[in-house]
Amino acid sequence: MNNNLIQYIYGIADNSLILGQRLGELCGHGPSLETDIALTNISLDLFGQVRSYYQYAAKIQGNDTTEDTIAFLRKEREYKNVLLVEQPNADFAYSITRQFLFDMFHIELLNELQNSKDETLAAIAKKSIKEVSYHVRFSSDWMRRLGDGTEESNQRVQTAVNDLWVFTDELFHQTDADKAMVSEGIGVDVTQLKQSYYHKVSAILEEATIEVPKIEYFQKGGKQGIHSEYMGYILNEMQYMQRTYPNMNW
Amino acid sequence: MSEKEIKSLEEIFEAKIARDEKIEPKDWMPEKYRQTHIRQISQHAHSEIVGMLPEGNWITRAPSLKRKVALLAKIQDEAGHGLYLYSACETLGISRDELYEQLHSGKAKYSSIFNYPTLTWADMGAVGWLVDGAAIINQVPLCATSYGPYARAMVRVCKEESFHQRQGFQIMMTLAEGTPEQKEMAQDALNRWWFPALMMLGPTDDASVHTAQSMKWKLKRKTNDELRQQFVDQTVPQAEMIGLTIPDPNLKWNPETKHYEFSELDWEEFWQVVKGHGPCNKMRLDARRNAWNNGEWVRNAAMAYAEKQENREVKQAI
Repeated sequence: MNNNLIQYIYGIADNSLILGQRLGELCGHGPSLETDIALTNISLDLFGQVRSYYQYAAKIQGNDTTEDTIAFLRKEREYKNVLLVEQPNADFAYSITRQFLFDMFHIELLNELQNSKDETLAAIAKKSIKEVSYHVRFSSDWMRRLGDGTEESNQRVQTAVNDLWVFTDELFHQTDADKAMVSEGIGVDVTQLKQSYYHKVSAILEEATIEVPKIEYFQKGGKQGIHSEYMGYILNEMQYMQRTYPNMNW
Repeated sequence: MSEKEIKSLEEIFEAKIARDEKIEPKDWMPEKYRQTHIRQISQHAHSEIVGMLPEGNWITRAPSLKRKVALLAKIQDEAGHGLYLYSACETLGISRDELYEQLHSGKAKYSSIFNYPTLTWADMGAVGWLVDGAAIINQVPLCATSYGPYARAMVRVCKEESFHQRQGFQIMMTLAEGTPEQKEMAQDALNRWWFPALMMLGPTDDASVHTAQSMKWKLKRKTNDELRQQFVDQTVPQAEMIGLTIPDPNLKWNPETKHYEFSELDWEEFWQVVKGHGPCNKMRLDARRNAWNNGEWVRNAAMAYAEKQENREVKQAI
């Protein structure tokens, strides 16, 4: 069993799981029916991708592992998502900014991952690119609308960008599993994506009349399983059924 | 317009309905027909979007990834139904914002069933199986209703609703075949949803104020009591099939009428919920109002941005 590969898959898929979960909280509460549908759609895409990744990880692990034991029965420290995706839906500006900052990374990652030597990962990436391109279009359009909309929307989205910017650097950190997978030609070297990411993100922020924050210290930890205080509550809710009623079919 | 002219328009209109032809937005229609359709279509649209809330309550807690994805997709379908029903309603000369305003002020109603809480995962099964089941019985005849845009919207809505109903029944079946705890969860959900679901088919015929007129316009093709009987007849064998018990001691098959007999419903409860005193009326309306109020700055931003873009394009053109 290739433990590095499993950890590598978690590192990618857990981001989609937790972000999908956050978006799921918004269902029925969006500012318009159209945005409600769009955000639910993104959540659906992300969970669909999660299922492909976890099914693959379960196959590698064998035994009684399933996509659901991976999704619902790990301990908090075993989830490897970045801190960015667990940040709460403080308001629509936060939800959109979190989405935008993640989507811009996600698309770059998938673009490289489709060339992976691991055929399953390459296939999942290829299939997901179409969906994530739509996510990028949706979230960057909304960044422009909110940034270049009214004074209030500009202020709100600027605050969200300022607050969430500290979580962006972690997207480009490498774990030991990442490094091992890069050396085998399976994983993507995320350090190589950083420059292009900040370049593209800044260009859209500029269009949206949003100032790019200038900070030198960033938050990290999620990739090592050291999460924010929000994470325990997310898992508490997500794992509720599986923990209360163990070993049942649903 | 002279009285004679109106009379002749009315005759043309009635003749069209008698021939089962569709009334289209540009056709002349009596004001009462227009108002009745605004009331019913918007009530239907509001039900779709308020109905997202009790099911949305379980998205973050769905017990498996497969169920989570299916639930999200179902709720998304409902938002979609809301969208095209609002659009159908707008063809009658009222805006979506006005319709929302009627919902938020309490002037417009939505299906009372959504004022009941979803307390366990089995409620996702019961809602799909019973609530969507009753909704389909209400809605299938509407695919042939006289107002064209509504009839066409309903064809699509009904297709998706039958899929949802099967999905809900499948959740119940899985629970009923599961552990004793799961079966108990399923039975408890059936116990709580059965009578409210029967009430979804509307008040008894003698208490229904709109039935006669709606039958004439083919907005309704069967009476509430007929629809309710149809629902009971179709659902009882389904419950038996998966080993669940309908919570009605008076339920019995009548071999002569070939229908099930069942208890008188608690209409006092029905009217209380309609009047706003159900367990979740306040919660549901507050959720919709909050979504709308919290979204105001977002909608303003989108408008302002669109205007700026338009001005830029005009400038470029000059």
